[in-house]
Amino acid sequence: MSTVEEPPLLRVEDLRVEFPTEDGVVKAVDGITYEVGRGRTLGIVGESGSGKTVAAMTVLGLTRVQGARISGRVVFEGVDLLGLDEGALQRIRGNEIAMIFQDPSTALHPLYKVGAQIVEAVRAHQDVTKAAARKRTIELLGLVGIPDPGTRVDDYPHEFSGGMRQRAMIAMALANEPRLLIADEPTTALDVTVQAQILALLERLRAELGMAIVIVTHDIGVVAEMADEIAVMYAGRIVEMAATETLLNRPEHPYTWGLLRSIPKLDGPRLERLEPIKGSPPSLIDPPSGCHFHPRCEYAQPDHARIDPELLPLPDDPSHSVACLLEPQMRRKLWEESV
Amino acid sequence: MSATEPLMEVRDIEKHFPLTRGIVLARRAGAVKAVDGVSFDVLRGETLGIVGETGCGKSTTARLMVRLLEPTAGTVRFEGEDITRLRGGRLKAVRRELQMVFQDPYSSLNPRKTVGSIVAEPFAIHGLHTERAERREQVKGLMDRVGLNPEHYNRYPHEFSGGQRQRIGVARALALGPKLLIADEPVSALDVSIQAQVLNLLRELQRDMGLTLVLISHDLSVVRHMCDRVAVMYAGKIVELAENEALYSEPSHPYTRELLAAVPGARSDRRTITG
Repeated sequence: MSTVEEPPLLRVEDLRVEFPTEDGVVKAVDGITYEVGRGRTLGIVGESGSGKTVAAMTVLGLTRVQGARISGRVVFEGVDLLGLDEGALQRIRGNEIAMIFQDPSTALHPLYKVGAQIVEAVRAHQDVTKAAARKRTIELLGLVGIPDPGTRVDDYPHEFSGGMRQRAMIAMALANEPRLLIADEPTTALDVTVQAQILALLERLRAELGMAIVIVTHDIGVVAEMADEIAVMYAGRIVEMAATETLLNRPEHPYTWGLLRSIPKLDGPRLERLEPIKGSPPSLIDPPSGCHFHPRCEYAQPDHARIDPELLPLPDDPSHSVACLLEPQMRRKLWEESV
Repeated sequence: MSATEPLMEVRDIEKHFPLTRGIVLARRAGAVKAVDGVSFDVLRGETLGIVGETGCGKSTTARLMVRLLEPTAGTVRFEGEDITRLRGGRLKAVRRELQMVFQDPYSSLNPRKTVGSIVAEPFAIHGLHTERAERREQVKGLMDRVGLNPEHYNRYPHEFSGGQRQRIGVARALALGPKLLIADEPVSALDVSIQAQVLNLLRELQRDMGLTLVLISHDLSVVRHMCDRVAVMYAGKIVELAENEALYSEPSHPYTRELLAAVPGARSDRRTITG
């Protein structure tokens, strides 16, 4: 270990993404900042419309549609990806940074063999012969646990089950040994037993290949087991970020409390009723004033509708940041009383 | 009819969907055994959970129970009456007692009808509350009951959020005062913070209205929270049926154990969620 701190693999700085629409400007991502270290796993948790997917896609320049307004910095290995042109980005995409998507049945082309699609991904970034790429593809399919990869390489996507398709997508993502893998809801479309297999696979690949992972999900349970750190997003912003243990055991933000409390548990006493978060997620066109969470927060004070809280590190734990206007002592007391 | 008699008895039901080859002269080339000999009782006032993974036959079972599908073999008895082969008026009468809430609140509501007319449709079908003002009052009462603002009577589904739409689906299912409500994945399309609202609503309704509830879900923690007894389905069969506590503390079938072990982050003996 050197004494000089190594720069992180990825640093996202004050990222903003806005989409002008007929109804007004959608502020999908409203100033988020985070870092991912080499070989680390960051979990980004949020509900639909929290901006988590847009934030992840923007890292790879996948939201550069006409009219989208993007600002901030996405620094990967010292280079600001937002400043790169499409060609330069293309060389990074699928090569140094890869992405896997939620729905494995729509992410593969139905008319091409699975193997051919992975061969294409290999040859897009490596100058190798077809035969060599095919050999590599078979190796990759084996790595992600497809049985008999030498035969299955010539199957079409419909001959694969949902779990196998997601494995094939992961194989494709790994084709060029990326240093960063962005996984957007990688297990949401899968059954629980298959989900466990895919999560274990990602964990194993991270350990073996040393890549960093950003895993985007609505299911805090998925990241509870995998992530080193968790960022909770609400209405386009990160409202709390901490090491996984800390976030699950000493959460500070009332929204995080709500998320944890509203999920039924597999053990412990059965509750008479769950404690839902009241109301519904806000509009990103016209988000609430002040603290975006205040209309749904049971501890909101009148001035919380006016003051917009910043995401600030806690005085006694700089690795734990929270954007909440309640006094720290007050928050701790409220959480401890409720546990 | 005694109170201890089951509300519904399902015996050896099977549903096979034929697979055919050829377009003009279709020949039978086998069958998908979606439900392959399933038997269980639904007791009065209980919440019965049916869990399983995609393709295990749980939704087909639900549809057989309300006779949206006709079984290939076996019988379904409701309050002692065999409803498996009912037709016409008698089937329509039984349907009043058996209602269903569907998974996707976006596709299960007609986008071109107002909420008022969606909730009132069961009345129209069954010729109830034909007087306009009375029908409106009934609908408003139902909307209020499920936590919707009755003044939103004239709004369209797109003006509501996912959780509110699912409440509309529940109001429609309750319109005819059913005895048995079957909810097929009622919260899986909803955001986590909204799921708890809908689950609480179902529990309240069940308690206050004396409903019997069958909850179909792939989510083991939701089923644990809601249900008195749980049936685990695998490949068209029930592999285990047990009281809630027993199933979760001492699962006896290896498949149940595998299912429980696969749920990420939900047990507090691992690195986990507290609260």
